[in-house]
Amino acid sequence: MHPPLRAQLALLLTAVVVAGCGGPSANGNQPTAAPSTTIENKGSDTMVNLALAWAEAYQASHPAVRISVTGGGSGTGLAALINGTLDIANASRRIKPEEQSEAQANGVDPVELVVARDAIAVIVNPNNPVDHLTIDQLSDIYSGKIGNWAEVGGEDGPIVRLSRETNSGTHVYFLEEVVRRGDGQDVTLFAPETLLLPSSEGISAEIRQNPNAIGYDGLGYVTPDLKVVAVAREASGPFELPSAETVGAGRYPLSRDLYMYTNGKQAGETAAYQQWILGRDAQAIVTGLGFVPLAP
Amino acid sequence: MRSVTWSEFVITRLIKTAGYSAILFIGLIFIFLLREGAPTLLEVPLRSLISGRWYPIEGYFGLLPLIGGSLVVTLGAAMIAIPFGLGTAIYIAEIAPRWARELLKPLIELLGGLPSVMLGFLGILVLTSWVRTTLDLPTGLTAFTGALLLGGIAIPTIVSVAEDALDAVPRSYREAGLALGATNWQTIWRVTLPAARSGVLTAIMLGLGRAIGETMAVMMVTGNAPVVPTGLGALFHPARTMTATIAAEMGEVANGSVHYHVLFLIGIVLFLISLAVNLTASSLVFRERKRAERILS
Repeated sequence: MHPPLRAQLALLLTAVVVAGCGGPSANGNQPTAAPSTTIENKGSDTMVNLALAWAEAYQASHPAVRISVTGGGSGTGLAALINGTLDIANASRRIKPEEQSEAQANGVDPVELVVARDAIAVIVNPNNPVDHLTIDQLSDIYSGKIGNWAEVGGEDGPIVRLSRETNSGTHVYFLEEVVRRGDGQDVTLFAPETLLLPSSEGISAEIRQNPNAIGYDGLGYVTPDLKVVAVAREASGPFELPSAETVGAGRYPLSRDLYMYTNGKQAGETAAYQQWILGRDAQAIVTGLGFVPLAP
Repeated sequence: MRSVTWSEFVITRLIKTAGYSAILFIGLIFIFLLREGAPTLLEVPLRSLISGRWYPIEGYFGLLPLIGGSLVVTLGAAMIAIPFGLGTAIYIAEIAPRWARELLKPLIELLGGLPSVMLGFLGILVLTSWVRTTLDLPTGLTAFTGALLLGGIAIPTIVSVAEDALDAVPRSYREAGLALGATNWQTIWRVTLPAARSGVLTAIMLGLGRAIGETMAVMMVTGNAPVVPTGLGALFHPARTMTATIAAEMGEVANGSVHYHVLFLIGIVLFLISLAVNLTASSLVFRERKRAERILS
């Protein structure tokens, strides 16, 4: 155990020394090559692939800027912004009033920017014959009133409800817009039997192998081996599948804005980056990843 | 002469500090937990804490589903890990030929070094679908799946420590048993195992201690549904453990909020449970040793 550890330490030290020697001379030759600004970007797991793609494209054209992107959930990102350890927080939901007042208490002023739109897809196993559901049916399924697939036009079998953990912005959106049908006074909760999975991958892995399961996730995370259910507000229809087109036209009922929050109005590199995100190149990346671009 | 006593003085002091520091750390950890978790008792009524609903973002802080979930998963893991772990230890220490022993022991210790997240991956991709189809359950993300994984995590610890304990039993005990006409099995069950009892008990406690504190693997396969377990059937339903709850929710809570304090209260409960388990184990070992000493004297 000890010799390898010592070897690692030695390696690390050597690396530090080499970097220390090499740094200044490299800088002397090409002053613009070394990144001078680092933007910390963290938050929503729904947005993490999108944020990564943006960061990569932006760094390719702006070598002086380094952007580090991590996930963790909308709540995690906003908490880091409030604690002052972050430049940009990604969130798939609006900041909550509690978070807002906490930020103010910490001397942080969160400024909101809508950067893209997302559709929430309801997904089932490809062997499940159910292909359309109303919001009311989804609400009854997730609140525990409906427990068998036969009640919504499927085969006899228990419904296994899958959800993201409570720190996910997608969870909060689904609670407000589906389980509570968008009614602010409604206090319906998820059935206690609802499985709370820590990742999008956990949900798709379970649905892929379990014909009883139903779940929801951002459209960007839906792979072709999952079956997307068409959703309607009314039982009479129209039932729509989520896509850039149906969301853009306002026909698909389960769509939301994706946000970036910064501390106060930013200037400099962060502002330039956000300006770029609203531009045409960045919004083309949005479409490529299965999200919905902002209306031009 | 003076320098020798001086260095001895320093070394004694160092060793003493090292010994007491363990107590100090435990004390500090407990004080920290208490400071962060105790405010809960003022903020959340006791009735709410012992209710059966856990939904923290709407102010439901019932701890019963979490405590129940941890108990179900850990007991399930114990039922799997103890027989398998002891069986393997007995086989390696008493029955296996030399070559099998040289091969098995390092392999099992290697298994003990596997990061639990990797086992979680295996669990989510292989074990869950196997459990669902074999037992014909609605979903494979159940307490039982978690118990299987935790059992797997606890077994290497149990085998390794129990095998050392069995190995330490003097040869003369076994020879005496065999000389009295006992079969090999009778010698193992009636002589060797009782003689190694305190070491074997320590092995079980260490293994289960690893199981109850394990987080990642459990979070990935138990489904995390906060349902109060109501019987043996709960083993085959999804469950949410205390450790998974802390891990999943700690990153999100605001410092000093009610939810934050409740998560620390869960930490206190976890601390008290493992303290109780350890105290029971050491008192059992202690009582055993005293009786043995009486017989010998």
